[in-house]
Amino acid sequence: MKLARLQDEFSGWLRTGSEAAAGSFAPGAAAGLAIYQNNYRAQLAACLEDAFAKTRQWIGDEAFHEAVVVHVERIPPSSWTLDAYPRDFPATLALLWPDDAEVAELAALELALTEAFVGADAPTLDPATLGAVDWDRAALHFVPTLDLQPLTTNAPAIWSALTTDEPPPPVGSLPAPGSLLTWRAGELARFRVLEEDEADAIVRIRSGLCFAGLCAHIAAEHGESDGIALTGAWLGAWIAEGLIAEISEGEN
Amino acid sequence: MPPAFSGYGLGLRKPHYAAFLERRVAVDFVEVVSENFMVDGGQPRRILRQVRERYPVALHGVSLSLGSADGVDCVYLSRLRALIDEIDPLFVSDHLSWTRFGGFSSHDLLPLPYTDEALDVVCANVAATQDALGRAMLIENPSSYIAFVGAAMSEWEFLGAVCARTGCGLLLDVNNVFVSAQNHGFDARAYLDAVPAERVRQIHLAGHSQGETLLIDTHDQPVPASVWELYAHVLPRLGPVATMIERDDAIPPLGELLAELDLARAIGARETRAAA
Repeated sequence: MKLARLQDEFSGWLRTGSEAAAGSFAPGAAAGLAIYQNNYRAQLAACLEDAFAKTRQWIGDEAFHEAVVVHVERIPPSSWTLDAYPRDFPATLALLWPDDAEVAELAALELALTEAFVGADAPTLDPATLGAVDWDRAALHFVPTLDLQPLTTNAPAIWSALTTDEPPPPVGSLPAPGSLLTWRAGELARFRVLEEDEADAIVRIRSGLCFAGLCAHIAAEHGESDGIALTGAWLGAWIAEGLIAEISEGEN
Repeated sequence: MPPAFSGYGLGLRKPHYAAFLERRVAVDFVEVVSENFMVDGGQPRRILRQVRERYPVALHGVSLSLGSADGVDCVYLSRLRALIDEIDPLFVSDHLSWTRFGGFSSHDLLPLPYTDEALDVVCANVAATQDALGRAMLIENPSSYIAFVGAAMSEWEFLGAVCARTGCGLLLDVNNVFVSAQNHGFDARAYLDAVPAERVRQIHLAGHSQGETLLIDTHDQPVPASVWELYAHVLPRLGPVATMIERDDAIPPLGELLAELDLARAIGARETRAAA
């Protein structure tokens, strides 16, 4: 048998566990094949258990195990790194728990924190340099680990309670759809729940809007005085939280 | 061929990071799993840089997939190259196995048929890897649980041919030789007597578990007497070599691993004296 065909059939057998498939490339090797099958599934299960400890705690061991079995069947691993395998698990949870959005959102939070933990390094802005900034031309640059994703439930509050061994709050929906902001400050992965305005501001800046442009946009939305106060408060928080890597001088 | 290095080391695992950074641990080198550090940044890379300031570091991969019929992954190679450029490792190694084919990654070290076609594939992949990395690498003999019909050569003959054709070196895992010998019914000593000794740059020592009918390479046990005996058997054939204890699961306190490493040192000293 050609090597490519063998590897294709072996891969297919690992994914399905079909005895008929195994017979084509390794007849009579059931005991050995069982070890490879077990290694494959155990490795993926351990990866998901490690990545989603709080989600597992929230839904229970049995339900989590069932979700893992579904996910391993549904999404075969494709990346060279096992770190990539958890990325589709929140989507599997959303399919399995369509009426319990906090389950997938809790998993998405865990995943985002893990990804931020090993994301690209970047310096954070030294507040001492702010005095020299020409705010009419300033362009803000966020740290590369910054990520935003939609949020509809109080999954972050549930995560916090589980992390500190406190009783989790009852599941609740946000009063309005929000966003979950995750990033790494120093070596700590962090998160914060954002209202729509602030999330929109971050998206605009990441799309290239300069700070003066953001101020003008917010002033048009909220009025001159409130707009300036709001953008000033956001900027202060972003700098204090280590979200800004650099302020460069863009076009006027 | 990678330059020779003589010494004794440990696989660096998370529970022991702090110990290696807080004090001088009695090892000559450490080995890390490459993929754990092929990340963009953050704490893992910082820790590896600090470890590298104190100890020589060997990079040991599990996902290069040197046996893939559809070639090596260029993204993987560029990430590994970046890590190599940053830490200047003692050795770069991976396994005689395949993990990936056609967009599917098993994340398990799968066996190869030892055929002429597979030899061509592995040699092409090793050559492409060494070109991309700008250095010669080491290949490790795997543990295996099935043997394919139609093999044209033994595993040791296959490894010898890969070394001869590509200029790579060998990472000889003595436990893997024992496990595969038991599982497939060949003589482990004959294997060790036949590998190209001048190519061996590094040795792995580890433990295994008894499955229902086969031995399993679990790396969750101390090195057993059977593996120590094989280590003592092969040492007189080898030149300067880097020996290490490889534990991946049920990680014991560092002191237990260092005590095992002392045993390796004692065997190494004894065999060196005997050979002199």
